[in-house]
Amino acid sequence: MPGKILCVVGESGSGKSMCAHALMGLLPDTIIREAGEIAYDGRNLLTLDDTGWLALRGRHIAMVFQEPMTALNPLMRVGDQIAEMFEAHNLLTPRQRKQKALQLLREVGLPEPERSARAYPHQLSGGQRQRAMIAMALALEPTVLVADEPTTALDVTTQAQILELIRDLQRRRNMAVMFITHDFGVVSDIADRVVVLQHGKVVEQGAADDVLRRPQHAYTRALLAAVPSMQPPPRAPLADRAKAVEVIGLDKTYVSGGGWFQPERRVRAANEVNFDILQGETVGLVGESGSGKSSVARLVMRLIEPDQGTVRLGDTDFTRVAGRALRKERSRIQMIFQDPFASLNPRRKVGNIIADGPIAHGTDPAVARQRAAELLGLVGLNASAMERYPHEFSGGQRQRIGIARALALEPEIIVADEAVSALDVSVQAQVLNLLEDLKTRLGLSMLFITHDLRVAAQICDRIAVMQRGAIVELKPTAALFSAPEHPYTSELLAAVPGQISSSRAA
Amino acid sequence: MLSFIAQRLAKAVVVLLAIVVFNFMLIRMAPGDPAMVMAGEAGASDQIFVTQLREKFGLDQPLPVQLYRYVKGIVTLDLGFSFRQQMPVAKLIADRLPATLLLTVTAFVISLLLGVLFGTLAARFAGTWADTAITILALIFYATPLFWVALMAILLFSVAMDWLPSFGYETVGANYTGFAHVLDVGAHLILPATTMGLFFMATYARMTRASMLEVKRHDFVKTARAKGLRDAVIQRRHVLRNALLPVVTLAGLQAGTLVGGAVLTETVFAWPGIGRLMYEALLQRDYNLLLGVFVVCSAMVLAFNLITDLIYRAVDPRIEFAS
Repeated sequence: MPGKILCVVGESGSGKSMCAHALMGLLPDTIIREAGEIAYDGRNLLTLDDTGWLALRGRHIAMVFQEPMTALNPLMRVGDQIAEMFEAHNLLTPRQRKQKALQLLREVGLPEPERSARAYPHQLSGGQRQRAMIAMALALEPTVLVADEPTTALDVTTQAQILELIRDLQRRRNMAVMFITHDFGVVSDIADRVVVLQHGKVVEQGAADDVLRRPQHAYTRALLAAVPSMQPPPRAPLADRAKAVEVIGLDKTYVSGGGWFQPERRVRAANEVNFDILQGETVGLVGESGSGKSSVARLVMRLIEPDQGTVRLGDTDFTRVAGRALRKERSRIQMIFQDPFASLNPRRKVGNIIADGPIAHGTDPAVARQRAAELLGLVGLNASAMERYPHEFSGGQRQRIGIARALALEPEIIVADEAVSALDVSVQAQVLNLLEDLKTRLGLSMLFITHDLRVAAQICDRIAVMQRGAIVELKPTAALFSAPEHPYTSELLAAVPGQISSSRAA
Repeated sequence: MLSFIAQRLAKAVVVLLAIVVFNFMLIRMAPGDPAMVMAGEAGASDQIFVTQLREKFGLDQPLPVQLYRYVKGIVTLDLGFSFRQQMPVAKLIADRLPATLLLTVTAFVISLLLGVLFGTLAARFAGTWADTAITILALIFYATPLFWVALMAILLFSVAMDWLPSFGYETVGANYTGFAHVLDVGAHLILPATTMGLFFMATYARMTRASMLEVKRHDFVKTARAKGLRDAVIQRRHVLRNALLPVVTLAGLQAGTLVGGAVLTETVFAWPGIGRLMYEALLQRDYNLLLGVFVVCSAMVLAFNLITDLIYRAVDPRIEFAS
């Protein structure tokens, strides 16, 4: 529909990207269309031949992809890649193409368009690259813009800017936008109409307000219910407990370059970082990419060595132990990783993955395997999973395996580094519940790293906000959300999508 | 960029000196005494004559002194004197280097051009009979020992068909001049250069094919398609350019070894190059000549590494000069 934004929502595997690619005729040859048609301007696009598609793509229907890192050719200047749009359709002279490219870069709000045009993609930030992608898509004034998760890979503040840009351009040019996303926050910010997909079928569609506030289908309702609320649930104070982890004055600067003659490049990943975690407490570290939260997690785990500062686990100075003692102490603090696909060795059976740690620490293999089977039960998987390989499991199941592996060493502290960021909302909610439940049952303390403030609101007792390697604010969760002090915290909170309608729905 | 080159050259000199010292020690550690060999060949292996020879060539000095003298010579580009050939080593090498460079550069260019061409074709028509044929041929050339291919090529093209000369650099005693000379050398060049190039061609073809298929899956290729670009343009501008990066790395590594790696080809085809010079020096315990060849080969490797780095920086903007 011209002048409207249609959001296509669904979880991974629901077929939403497939719709977008079909609309562009970009599906691989291995996929065969069984039935149906795509009507554009009174024509059925599926009857087009290759030449027909070439004329249509870019000119009438243009697309913006998810990953601004990989969607641009790394060896071509940004300006040239935009100018290529005109070249593909034999429009304008090379000079005019350059002019238009500059004009487009200005329109999407890139700073210093001349410089951006000459830059290679790696010289721009993620948000700038996505702006360049949008400029490219808009070059030939298409009537339809297909945006496939265009903000998923971006930080919240950048995401808010890009959403604003898309909405603004859509109004000015009266385009139809098909916006694909898994994030209901984004939907409520941007959509005029919504289509909900499940297993490749449309289960619900309608005006955004209707779908978000009066969902008819059970699946839509389940999806909406799984979106974590910005309202932190009330939490009992933990004041008089002993400290499980104490981080004092942690400093880490990465030095790169610096060969024989080269000057060094320095990035301050941790700058005077101080915090502690009480027994049974969950402390969140939030911040945008590059803020240093993962570095702090690695420092606390002592996977990297700090330049300065101390990490105490209970009474032990974890930064001073070495050798055999260090290996022994390591069992007290364990990590759950972000990527459930990359963090499990694909060549080892799940049972071995879980039992390896205890066996390395001297547990009898038979006992360790027995315990691994119990742990699988604890995280909600069947003990038969022991004999299977990681690729046989879904993302959520793998993350459960990752949790079982972390628990196998009976740690006191769990460091969860973006542990639910790669999961769909419904699975995310389940894994969060599992973590909360295990924490209470086993009396664990947790350092929870996330970029997602909604997730942080649900699970953390206190939250530390990081910016450029330093903690700018550290407060109990409810206080942080209701009365942020630091301007950066307010900025982060304001950028979280979908706040108005979720509070309306709540 | 100039400062980058200067830094790299400075490093290269240090590395080269280290190589010289290492080679020097290695050769002295090997059993055998050049003075004994020379005396034996002169038919007068009595003790006094051997001692005289040793003194004459400085072999009676302690090792560090010999090393010091040698390194001092190298710094002034004096590679020493070949006692066997009664000529300066630098002159011997300079005489043979052009022939080797002609052979190896030709082989290299042939292999690179054809390898990339065949690899591109195989990737373009992946899964068809053309791809299968190229892949199988590449595998055969990759797996077959070079000397065997060389011998078979001589049997086929020289002995059976008599199309091409089987050995040497030019027709002995013909004394061609001008264009006739060029043609004569060219005819002699075809067999050794092609034989040598086949192996490298196979590696480049395989790598180009694999790399193109991998690049094709990248998102920016999808972006290019979404622009409505024609397939030929996408293949050339977006896929091939990115796919060539690993090929450049591989070619650079191999280019460095071409000078020293031509021993086999030069021996089979009696090509008067560095490789044969090295082979002869080895048999005759001609220390200085052997060391000289080593130094030149090492310098070539270092030079080609530097050139590869420069080319890589030119084609991949993500690598920047630290300045």
